[in-house]
Amino acid sequence: MKNFEITSSPIDLDTFRNCLVDRSCGGYAQFEGWVRDHNEGQPVLRLEYEIYEPLALKEGERILAEARERFGVTRAAAVHRGGLMEITEAAVVVGVASPHRQEAFEACRYVIDQLKVRLPIWKKEHYADGRAEWVNCQRCAEHGHPPHPREAPL
Amino acid sequence: MQVTVRYFAAFREATGLETETVDSGAPSTGALFEECRQRHPGLVAWDASLVAINDEMVQWDSPVSDGDEVLFFPPVAGG
Repeated sequence: MKNFEITSSPIDLDTFRNCLVDRSCGGYAQFEGWVRDHNEGQPVLRLEYEIYEPLALKEGERILAEARERFGVTRAAAVHRGGLMEITEAAVVVGVASPHRQEAFEACRYVIDQLKVRLPIWKKEHYADGRAEWVNCQRCAEHGHPPHPREAPL
Repeated sequence: MQVTVRYFAAFREATGLETETVDSGAPSTGALFEECRQRHPGLVAWDASLVAINDEMVQWDSPVSDGDEVLFFPPVAGG
């Protein structure tokens, strides 16, 4: 079974968790990222994720392998949604099982933090006033430092 | 050399292109981005933009070779 998956349909959270049950593990930590109804003071109607799958799948597996190695956890897996999503849906789920709880918490935190900054995934928010913006790029614009004076992004 | 450039998300919208083939003498991915920005003024060098070559993440000073497929990623926002 693959540890990192991308899906365009709702994540089956029960199945996800049950696949990680392991007789040697006494602790299981799970993180779910949900679609919320606002961002930076603006009402959000829905989200759209664009994913470059070939690299996202590769990098996702790499992050999970790092988590197992660094924290010595027994199982680590994650699923990320793509496409259009409605408020309250789970956009991402991370699950980590280990003999004891501390490593499970730490590894789970590591995985979600790395997934957010390393995977080629982009989030477009659709607002109540009809506008739609790419998250992070819009933030750059609001804080007034585009276009960048520098020659190339670093 | 000839390379294929692919634009994603906000970069695709800024250039109006998913992909283009370019003749370039750019020594690095960063220099190639700058060349593309000259042709597509809407392309902005955001902080935290990422770059990959042939489906492997690389750096902005990584070399580019003939036949490479270079992927320009605007700041990511997964999760």
